[in-house]
Amino acid sequence: MTILTINGFRRVVDMPDDTPLLWVIREHLQMTGTKFGCGAGLCGACTVHLNGEAVRSCQTSLSDAAAGEVTTIEGLDPQGEHPLQRAWVAEQVPQCGWCQSGQIMQAASLLQKNANPTDAQIVKAMNGNLCRCMTYVRIKKAIKRAAADMRKAKEI
Amino acid sequence: MSETLARTAAGSTNRRQFLIGSIAAGAGLTCGFALMPVLEGNAGEALAAGNFSPTVWYTIDRGGIVTVHITKSEMGQHVGTALAQAVAEELEADWRDMRIDYPDPAERWGLMVTGGSWSVNNTFDTLSRCGAAGRMALIDAAAARMGVPASQLHAANSRVIGPSGKSMSYAELVSTGKLDKTYTPDELKTIQLKKRSEYKIVGKPVQALDLPAKTDGTAKYGMDMFVPGMVYAKIARPPVRYGAKPIKVDDSEAKKVAGYQQFVSIPDPTGTAVAYVIAIAGNYPAAMEAARVLKIDWDLGPNKDVSSDSIIAHAKELVADPSKGLSFWDIGNATQALQTAAIKHEAVYITPLAVHAPLEPMNCVAFEREGTWHIYSGSQFQTRSGPLCAAAVGVKPEQVLIHQVYLGGGFGRRLEADAMVPAVLASKAVGKPVKLIYDRPEDIQNDFFRTITYQRMQGGVDAEGKLSVLTQDVCSAWATKRWGIPAFLSDSTDKKGKLDSFSVNGSDSWYTIPNHHVRAIENDLAQAATPSGQFRSVAPAWTFWAVESFTDELAHMAKKDPVEFRLAMLDAAGLNAGSAPNSVGGAKRIVEVLKVAVEKSGYGKKQLPKGHGQGIAVVSSQERNTPTWTAGVAEVSVDKDGKVTLHKMTVVIDVGTVVNPDGVRAQMEGATLWGISLALYEQATMRHGEIQQTNFDTYTPLRMAQVPELDIHVLNTGNYPAGVGEPAVTVVAPAIANAVYNAVGVRVRTLPLTPERVREAMKA
Repeated sequence: MTILTINGFRRVVDMPDDTPLLWVIREHLQMTGTKFGCGAGLCGACTVHLNGEAVRSCQTSLSDAAAGEVTTIEGLDPQGEHPLQRAWVAEQVPQCGWCQSGQIMQAASLLQKNANPTDAQIVKAMNGNLCRCMTYVRIKKAIKRAAADMRKAKEI
Repeated sequence: MSETLARTAAGSTNRRQFLIGSIAAGAGLTCGFALMPVLEGNAGEALAAGNFSPTVWYTIDRGGIVTVHITKSEMGQHVGTALAQAVAEELEADWRDMRIDYPDPAERWGLMVTGGSWSVNNTFDTLSRCGAAGRMALIDAAAARMGVPASQLHAANSRVIGPSGKSMSYAELVSTGKLDKTYTPDELKTIQLKKRSEYKIVGKPVQALDLPAKTDGTAKYGMDMFVPGMVYAKIARPPVRYGAKPIKVDDSEAKKVAGYQQFVSIPDPTGTAVAYVIAIAGNYPAAMEAARVLKIDWDLGPNKDVSSDSIIAHAKELVADPSKGLSFWDIGNATQALQTAAIKHEAVYITPLAVHAPLEPMNCVAFEREGTWHIYSGSQFQTRSGPLCAAAVGVKPEQVLIHQVYLGGGFGRRLEADAMVPAVLASKAVGKPVKLIYDRPEDIQNDFFRTITYQRMQGGVDAEGKLSVLTQDVCSAWATKRWGIPAFLSDSTDKKGKLDSFSVNGSDSWYTIPNHHVRAIENDLAQAATPSGQFRSVAPAWTFWAVESFTDELAHMAKKDPVEFRLAMLDAAGLNAGSAPNSVGGAKRIVEVLKVAVEKSGYGKKQLPKGHGQGIAVVSSQERNTPTWTAGVAEVSVDKDGKVTLHKMTVVIDVGTVVNPDGVRAQMEGATLWGISLALYEQATMRHGEIQQTNFDTYTPLRMAQVPELDIHVLNTGNYPAGVGEPAVTVVAPAIANAVYNAVGVRVRTLPLTPERVREAMKA
């Protein structure tokens, strides 16, 4: 038995220690906002936060995750209205949508560290996240919009 | 053929009555086509009895919420939003009252397929008329309530408004009014629709209705479904793509995996695969591990020595044999004209295997309950997939229900039922609900690929410098033939046989060429070893690659400007004059997009540094009867190692009428980048019957760092709306190749344009 802290809740998980966190989250806990894409850390669809840092949940073991606090797309904002989520809707980013939880979690981690990222910094942070519908142009725009909104909110 | 298919896809609603009525007290209003003629009773009773065709229908509830029921699969194109716009426009509904849903299909739905960029193109007129009919019925009801003649009333923003300014909301009318109306097909046809200048919702930016759920993790895809008591299934794959049979399975190692339950070894009666060995476990990691350690002796079957190279070598032989293949397009006498041309040229164009790789790997949840098989799996082709599942488990097609879920990427991949078939087989074998998930290597290696294509082009230019003859021999696997649906194949021009026009569409181009022949040749080796599928943009992605590159070659040989050389063939005469509704204006509309692309990109005028070049291409994808006129200009540089950098891609598209501007732009961005990805980065290779690439480190779709500057122009010419999901894909590769030629003077005729290929050409 492992105790996993996820989105502020403590959940008891009866899975082997080396189980990838991805499968614990989406199949065992049935929190399906976190997506399976490649299983090898190559696409970013499964990105979640571990202690506020973006990690690939397919490359993170249950035991490693249990040592910290996990945040998924469901826990990013209680109302689903994180500035990035609002920007994603405003810029009409998603097409099929499968990669977008991972994109948003990756971007959230970037904006926590860098309130005003340049194009090059956005590309560097986001290049590991594949989008097969190729919504990259809008992802970039939405990150900039969210960053601006967050800076504005801070000033107020 | 495609026309037949498109008509069937639209549903034959044009001969049916349109019914508007309440199906039950308090249930609001239902508006839909009668499945059978209503002979007696009222529309509401007929609708309640299930006498309506779900191809096109919508409901208005007592709160005034209008729900358009979408029978097209949502895979990122936001098609439901565009279709709801068409209804809302004529219904005069407030956009804020509009909703969409994706009801579960049933047998009576007729053909259900999403692809070919058909969805908006096929249903726009019908949906507009249905919306208008609803508005008229609501106005009639208000007239009765207000005691005013209907002619003095009009509707706007979900209200019927009288001469005195007194108004009633749709919610009020639906809640309390008695609505019961039947429109004959003729009445529906004569409804005066709005002029384009009167549109308030169509052509205006609206927020796609599926977006919030796709940003907060609540959108439900096939893989997100759970059923009590379900077990996990993972297929143990043989080391060849198709043809292997298991001889012996030893699960002694699998038994050591915690959670492993059993394996299922079972033949596939549908031929989707020959047979499966499937590991069953209580959780997915255990199923994956068990599948990995199952020891299986395989009979590898007939394709174990096939490679990409042997498929291409076979294609070369087939093309060289004039007795092979069937005639798809035949104008003038190409054989004779080739002999007399002033300038002659021949070249071979090749495209590799390409993998759909939707980011949601293929998966399926399946279970049987009270005689019905329930399937949760993203599908673009319910009409074919349902019966395949039924055949697999030996039930009637109507005993299979494919529930609609979001698709984590379609691109043609989810026209196939390959995850559903083993899921139902496994569920039947173990007697439990099953969730089957492909891992990524399995998804890549077991794709229904974009086929390898080998095209021999022959052309001739006359003394005046005009293209006088063109022949195109297209050798590929025939994806549509593999589906085994005879109606999808079409007669050759000489009626000697049936060919797969989805392997050659686009070659019947809008250029006026006096002698023009296209031969479609099935590559039987590719057909057997690399089961092919429809891949976003289908044949035009390779036919225009060859035509537009080769046209450029001939222009240079004739010392003509590539734009002038093309314009000379775009006279919109005879066959190329176009016809209503889809191709009004014909080739003239290519001229227009071409001119705009030249102007916007500065093609031919822009001063470029050494090693830089611009290339141009025009296309009329997808099919001759459903053209979306598109021009593209690529600006590249090529370094000494052959690395191509795409700096800017200009795309100009005439889509007739833009229904959802932002949706069109999003599709254009995605399609252009998809085209770039295929032109520069994506290829799969087969060796010993197996695909060599396994994940996104070796199969490498474009990433954010590789996105060039995009300059996209959408021409809103007011003609009938055309599809936008695919055409931009097809203009990109030839534009890039032509740009590479203008940059460094070499022709690369095999995609993708990798540094190795370009370097080799530069050395030669």
